[in-house]
Amino acid sequence: MLHASELSYGYSSGRHTRSFTLDDVSVTVERGSLTGLLGPNGCGKTTLLNLLSGVLQPAHGQVSLNGISLAGRSRRDIARHLAVVPQETHPAFDYTVMEMVLMGRHPHLGTFELEGPSDLALARDALAATGTDHLAGRAYMTLSGGEKQRVVIASALTQSPEVLLLDEPTASLDLGYQLEVAALLRRLNRERGVTMVLATHDLNLAASLCDRLILMRDGRVVAQGATRDVLTASSIRRIYDVDADVSFHGAAGHVTVTPLRRVQ
Amino acid sequence: MSRLRASRFGGQETLDSVAGAKTRARDTRAHVVPTPIRTRLLKTVAGFGVLLIVTCVIAPLVGSSPISLARVFDRSIPFSENVDAQIFFVARMPRVVAGVIVGAALATAGVVFQALLRNALATPFTLGVSAGASLGAMLAIVLGATISAGPLSAVPLACLAGAAIAAAIVYRLATMQDRAMSTTVLLLAGVTLNSFFSALIMFVQYIADFSQVYRAARWIMGDLDVGSFEPIMAALPMLAIAFAMFAWLPSSLNLLSVGADAASARGVDVGRTQRLAFVSASLATAAAVSLAGPIGFIGIVVPHLVRLIIGVDHRLVLPASALFGAAFLVVCDLAARTLLAPLEIPVGVITALLGGPFFLWLLVRKG
Repeated sequence: MLHASELSYGYSSGRHTRSFTLDDVSVTVERGSLTGLLGPNGCGKTTLLNLLSGVLQPAHGQVSLNGISLAGRSRRDIARHLAVVPQETHPAFDYTVMEMVLMGRHPHLGTFELEGPSDLALARDALAATGTDHLAGRAYMTLSGGEKQRVVIASALTQSPEVLLLDEPTASLDLGYQLEVAALLRRLNRERGVTMVLATHDLNLAASLCDRLILMRDGRVVAQGATRDVLTASSIRRIYDVDADVSFHGAAGHVTVTPLRRVQ
Repeated sequence: MSRLRASRFGGQETLDSVAGAKTRARDTRAHVVPTPIRTRLLKTVAGFGVLLIVTCVIAPLVGSSPISLARVFDRSIPFSENVDAQIFFVARMPRVVAGVIVGAALATAGVVFQALLRNALATPFTLGVSAGASLGAMLAIVLGATISAGPLSAVPLACLAGAAIAAAIVYRLATMQDRAMSTTVLLLAGVTLNSFFSALIMFVQYIADFSQVYRAARWIMGDLDVGSFEPIMAALPMLAIAFAMFAWLPSSLNLLSVGADAASARGVDVGRTQRLAFVSASLATAAAVSLAGPIGFIGIVVPHLVRLIIGVDHRLVLPASALFGAAFLVVCDLAARTLLAPLEIPVGVITALLGGPFFLWLLVRKG
């Protein structure tokens, strides 16, 4: 459903130099899948997410959703179909949780339109789905890290997207909150069929959640496919320069990755 | 038909409950009371609107010379012989109207700059627009310029030119690296330009003679004694344009204050919204300063007081700040006219005396 073909993009650090380039990246995200995006720091995961969400425009290539290109579409039009959950969200003012969640309706409302009962129903539904309905009246800034991330996911759900793009959603959370958010994502994907693309550094999170993986290094896709086929010791060595033990964990119910040593 | 189902991408709704929730909402629409934001907006506009009306009715009746409202509107007395009517319509009404539009302009410009810069302590004067306007006014006063354009005399004209130059410099610097505006560069460039223009203002005052320095110093304190409706009419078109632009901003400002990436992901055209916010707030600031000089603290005191009362949603804060800013400045001007009557305190002194401690309290509270 979401397809990127031969994407190229470069960040310039000066007038004539390019500090980073994403080269010839083609990926496919199937409807209803939960796809993990893995790779070392600076490999282009966030850039690829921004290109997939239309926040960045590729220098070459195109991104299409259901066969229709995002190029030339307005931000509002794209946001009706694709929602993004960033690593952290720091509003400048003290919005309530309900206000934060209702901001997800922005792309569906006209410039002068205020949200109506149907929008409120969607927001309440998203709050219930993320287990944050009891926080609706609270100030967002007073929430814990895990609660904040669940509220941001609720706001993205209120956008009624076909695809949810998540950029390291558990990176700043402790172990308990990581499990909490992971369980939420799994449930939303399985019970509601929300298609997700998840950029993460947590290989075990990816192994437990994702049915497909895209592995990146130096702005290129190194491998993509089913998690069991792609998440191997050799692929981890290839993208991270790390020897790792990859084995099935019976209690966890999925493969687990134990890093052993850095390869020089 | 659901907005989602009318997809330009031909995609199907994936959240089953979304469609369900919308259907349920439609089914129960007849029983649903007005939505909170609609109710809150109505209450906000009504509440602050009544406050402004009451202020505007009372303010022209109060002053060093007591007047009777009945005598003001007594048609049996010719206007040339009706001192109360002359005081009401010629001396006080233009001040009240100037207070309304300058207060509304500075308060809303403050709201917009605070959201644009994601900084609750930003003011309409943070980005150097006011300092540019002040430098223009200083030069016009010291050089004794006599140029005019339509209803605009030399000082307001030079003010607008200075504001436009300052805004253009800051905007150019903030967009040099990228097409998108860097709010960090915007803030740093504005603060630097403020200092630079302030130095130039001091230099201009240093080389001016005593009477020019007095006039310049008096102008920089801010004054709503505009003398007639003519300067107000000259500033009105710019303010009308600025306020028309403000009308497009509130919901986008909510998202912009959450972060540029978050705003973009929720469908905001960040570059266009930032340009609209910068141009409209700069225009409102320039028009207000050209009319009444740089009256400080309105742009920070009013938005924060409003947020304390009604919350932080810009769809409420923007109209409420316009109405409350107008009422606040009219009251400050009333205090300026009456506290030491017949001596008149510059209104900028009153707003600074109120705003300074408030600003410090805000800093301590945030800390």
